[in-house]
Amino acid sequence: MKLSGAEILWECLIREGVEVVFGYPGGAIMPVYDAMLNYPIHHVLVRHEQGAAHMADGYSRASGKVGVAMATSGPGATNLVTGISTAMMDSSPVVFITGQVAAHLIGGDAFQETDVTGITLPITKHNYLVTRADEIAQVVREAFYIARTGRPGPVLIDICKNAQIEKTEFVYPEEVRLPGYRPPIRAPREALQRAVKLIENAKRPVILLGHGAIISGAEQVIQHFAIKTQIPVAMTLLGLGAFPASHPLSLGMMGMHGEAHCNLAIQNADLLLAFGMRFDDRVTGNLKTYAPNAKKIHVEIDPSEVHKNVRVDVPLIGDLKAIVSDLLPMVDEYDHDEWLQQIAEWKAEGDARSIMNWPNDGKLHTAHVIHDLWEMTQGGAIVTTDVGQHQMWAAQYYFMDKPKRWITSGGAGAMGFGLPSAIGAWFAHKNEEIWAVVGDGGFQMTAAELSTAVQEGANVKVAIMNNSFLGMVRQWQEFFFEKRYSAVYLHNPDFVKLADAHGVPARRVTKPEEVRPAITWARQTPGPVVLEFVVEQEDAVYPMVPAGASLHEMLRRPIRQPQS
Amino acid sequence: MQHTFIALVENKPGVLNRVASLFRRRNFNIESLAVGRTERPDISRMTIVVDCQDKTDAHKIEANLYKLINVIDVQDVTHKPTVTRDLALIKVKASPEQRAEINNLAAIFRARIVDVAPDSVIVEVTGTEDKIESMIELLRPIGILEMVRTGQIAMTRGSYQGERRTPGANGNGWYERDPEEIGLAEF
Repeated sequence: MKLSGAEILWECLIREGVEVVFGYPGGAIMPVYDAMLNYPIHHVLVRHEQGAAHMADGYSRASGKVGVAMATSGPGATNLVTGISTAMMDSSPVVFITGQVAAHLIGGDAFQETDVTGITLPITKHNYLVTRADEIAQVVREAFYIARTGRPGPVLIDICKNAQIEKTEFVYPEEVRLPGYRPPIRAPREALQRAVKLIENAKRPVILLGHGAIISGAEQVIQHFAIKTQIPVAMTLLGLGAFPASHPLSLGMMGMHGEAHCNLAIQNADLLLAFGMRFDDRVTGNLKTYAPNAKKIHVEIDPSEVHKNVRVDVPLIGDLKAIVSDLLPMVDEYDHDEWLQQIAEWKAEGDARSIMNWPNDGKLHTAHVIHDLWEMTQGGAIVTTDVGQHQMWAAQYYFMDKPKRWITSGGAGAMGFGLPSAIGAWFAHKNEEIWAVVGDGGFQMTAAELSTAVQEGANVKVAIMNNSFLGMVRQWQEFFFEKRYSAVYLHNPDFVKLADAHGVPARRVTKPEEVRPAITWARQTPGPVVLEFVVEQEDAVYPMVPAGASLHEMLRRPIRQPQS
Repeated sequence: MQHTFIALVENKPGVLNRVASLFRRRNFNIESLAVGRTERPDISRMTIVVDCQDKTDAHKIEANLYKLINVIDVQDVTHKPTVTRDLALIKVKASPEQRAEINNLAAIFRARIVDVAPDSVIVEVTGTEDKIESMIELLRPIGILEMVRTGQIAMTRGSYQGERRTPGANGNGWYERDPEEIGLAEF
């Protein structure tokens, strides 16, 4: 039977298991939107294409499935760019579909024509320009396969308007044929044995857990591995939740705003087992002095990440779950009591959990708000964030025990990610509690998506940490630019009234004792809710490794007297 | 030092742009890049000469090339016995009296005069970089009007293979792979 290109697109999306598409229509994609009415896929109309990209990303991270975002040509497509690069940096499988002017107009600067495949070339795992209807089925099949396999990532399909309209025979391709794309799975025995030898001889080993652990679904086997070998586990920002924060072997987060005992453990280690992480500059600090005495085993699916920042001793290229499963029976039970004891002593000097003993100084600190939120939700909510101070505090004080519940923009550091990714996550888990923890700066970048939340009835609670500053930039100006505040003060709107204008129930919280009642109220109120926390203006995130400093040269958390 | 890579890529529109864009994006300097068809119509072959600081750089280039979906195979032939060739067309200012001198030079380099005009000739020379450089040096005093070079192409001798140092990447046979996942491969 002959179908139009647009119909073929939807037929293929259905076969890929797509339930929801986040998008915004426009001239060059109208045939696709017209055909959509005949297919049982839910479309979420966003307020800005960046929102669609982040929603698809949030949906993907919460569900583990491929997210789909859609936009028209020209400005529609360029508005996706921030979201595409966010998905790329954090290895999120998202398929982006954009409309393009008719094939015969390409290159002629037609209305709303932009070279979208050119623009997105370096920020996608792969992209396609489709000029004919009979290419669509094959391309969509390949795009989903590429997006979700190997090291996942965004794939963009730019479809010319004529290809959407033309009719052709619909043949769903049975298989994908990509001679240049064969992601590795298992490492050879010989390499595994070299790794085991290092593990056997290690006295002070540390596991570094990254996003790859969650993407590959390796959490369980890694937990068995860590317990069997008694090796403590440090996590990257995106690795949080891959190993339970409440487990005695957990060291919490590493890196620039990581726990001091965690960074000290890494610096003093004699073996690092890097599992699905990429030694980003935010976790290594100065590379010259990074873990100077440690041998390194790097389990990684992307060969280009090996030796990129840190020279490693044993690279194991393949799927993390497969490789750790292969390693598990090869290792013995080890005793690292002395090493764990040493780490416990560092930890006793003050870690994130010491916040429970802080005195109430009558001021509203973001850290306290996050901690209250964690306690009241029993650590069970899905938490998304923007980027900046509140993100670091949320990472430090919302102790994640489970994977796929901590959704944040890591590599790209895209402000405006929090609210849309929370809406996306809601479409993956409509019965879960979802909190978007955002700053006053980041929230305003995508605040228009409140309308989307209302239109869709998305049960998303938004907690705005309002300090009237671009807090992280302010903190850097305080520490490294002699407190010369430059373009960081925000004269904000009345967020309660803003929410009210959207028909969203909202409350403002200014005192510590109001925090818990407000959270209770928000949890009991159905649908989207906004809580504005007017927090301390000049709080700083500790610990902090200044950019370029060694990982052990931290500015520690100020010690506060415990409550008597 | 200069490294020479041979990359087999799918013969599809835009692949050259992807490779060039990758080198720019990752801050590698291309010394020369030559692309052409192969014995198979669906595959193109690139010879890429890059200046690398050390072995890690060579590894990075190889591994990053594999990130491109259309790249099928990459080998580093720098340290292997190869035949490498570059072709240059050099237009030299030549009065009828100078032609004999140019002819003699061409004979020594086994180059050919492929065009003669009243006041110039075009010399075609093929060979290694070194040979072409020497020829250019000798022609320069006579007066080079125009020059074009193809960039290097390379092929390993006999059954020699280039180095494939990216573990786990396509086609190097280093790693076992899940047959179900790769059921699609035939290359």
